[in-house]
Amino acid sequence: MEIKAYDRVKTARSGGRPMGKYYIDNMIEDFCELHGDRRYGDDGAIIGGVGFLGGKPVTVIAMERGETVEDRMARHFGCPAPEGYRKALRLMKQAEKFGRPIICFIGSPGAYCGIEAENRGQGEAIAENLFEMMGISVPIISVVAGEGGSGGALALGVCDSLIMLENAIYSVISPEGCASILWKDSAKAPDAAEALRLTAPDLYKFGIADKIIDETDKTNEKICKDLKDYIVAQIELCEKYSAQELLDKRYGKFRKIK
Amino acid sequence: MFLKNLFKKEADRKCTKCGAEIPYKKLSENAFICPKCGAYMRMKASERLALIADAKTFSEQNADLKCKNPIDFPGYDEKIEKAKADSGLEDAVVCGTCEIGGEKCAIFVMDSSFMMGSMGTTVGEKITSLFEYALDNSLPVVGFTTSGGARMQEGILSLMQMAKVSGAVKRHSDGKNLYIAVLTDPTTGGVTASFAMLGDIIIAEPKALIGFAGKRVIEQTTGEKLPEGFQTAEFMLSHGFVDIIAERKNLKEKLATLLKIHKGGKR
Repeated sequence: MEIKAYDRVKTARSGGRPMGKYYIDNMIEDFCELHGDRRYGDDGAIIGGVGFLGGKPVTVIAMERGETVEDRMARHFGCPAPEGYRKALRLMKQAEKFGRPIICFIGSPGAYCGIEAENRGQGEAIAENLFEMMGISVPIISVVAGEGGSGGALALGVCDSLIMLENAIYSVISPEGCASILWKDSAKAPDAAEALRLTAPDLYKFGIADKIIDETDKTNEKICKDLKDYIVAQIELCEKYSAQELLDKRYGKFRKIK
Repeated sequence: MFLKNLFKKEADRKCTKCGAEIPYKKLSENAFICPKCGAYMRMKASERLALIADAKTFSEQNADLKCKNPIDFPGYDEKIEKAKADSGLEDAVVCGTCEIGGEKCAIFVMDSSFMMGSMGTTVGEKITSLFEYALDNSLPVVGFTTSGGARMQEGILSLMQMAKVSGAVKRHSDGKNLYIAVLTDPTTGGVTASFAMLGDIIIAEPKALIGFAGKRVIEQTTGEKLPEGFQTAEFMLSHGFVDIIAERKNLKEKLATLLKIHKGGKR
């Protein structure tokens, strides 16, 4: 039986679902978290750092919404502020300098929405990441692990290989937002979820997601292991290309979407 | 299609701020600024080009790229038909080349009369192609933005246009070519979070609404009252995100000067 899009939305958002921190803890050895954007502050919704993946040095950028109530408040429920995106870019440029691949974990309702975020240029921060990531000459592998909420998710999604977990979603707008704008009724979110074509199988069909990691009947440990194996293989594949070939392929990946 | 529109007899318009009824001729002669209250009214792409491009220099590109319904979104086909009838356009942007004060450039002008200037695959494709053309021909790009953001009826494909256009801007920039973004009312959402904020020089029209998240959404989410002048061009200037606020009547001259200055450097 086909799973309804809105059921996947609920699964992608569900409280117990592993997010960035889980994957760092279970996939990366000797992880060292690195803080701050060197401009304004440190954003809790994005964890950045360095470590080893299968024995090779990598930079990891991961969205995290937190587990306890306190932790969630501190990470403002996984909605990154401009300084989060700027921290991510700083660490990606550092990765480029040292020739390390970059792994991004995406899972966020969207970029933080508030007065302070606008004051500090939320739009500019996202735009800068899209622009610069298209030119970072080390492999970038992005994984949508939970809810891929619009521009706030895309800001870590300019990559060479986009992996989606089976029940992850990725959308231009939340189904609730879409329903309330189009039909003045956020209760019609399930209809919007179908119409938006936001599931992993949809994105795979569009050629935007390159790989779906199955979740059905698997433990979190097994999902994490399968994901790790696939990321390692993708990095090896990317490293066969010259820097220019890699960047041309990355540009081509997005250029063909029309 | 586009040129025909340019010379079509236009109906008189009401000022969006003070409500004054203004004869079209008078309004167009006044750069679409209300002669009564001074408010800047939104302009169609054809009107903007008539104001900015030197006479008879504009040559349109990709005029035949039509808006489509790529994810078969319910009700979108009807919306497209209505938008086409309302705006006389095939989608929310007009692209091409022109001269400004004798300086040749590539130019894109978004048009809010087509589905609030939202960006779907066709808008993304046209602007991307323009930056690629400008890179191949070493031309500067002047871009006028006005947009409600990414177009939700084209789903994830719209979102991806943000990355696609930003990539094309990056390649154009790496070729040491100039991009001037002119932000007009309103510039929001996914357009702000991509090519609107990527100009080497960012100009804004006075009082234009410029921001990422919608005002109502911010109020509802945070429960905070928004400060006066929040998300205006002046707000963006004082927060360091805009280089210049240019009066509409001086805009062409300002653009021509900037284009001339950027011809002079050693590249």
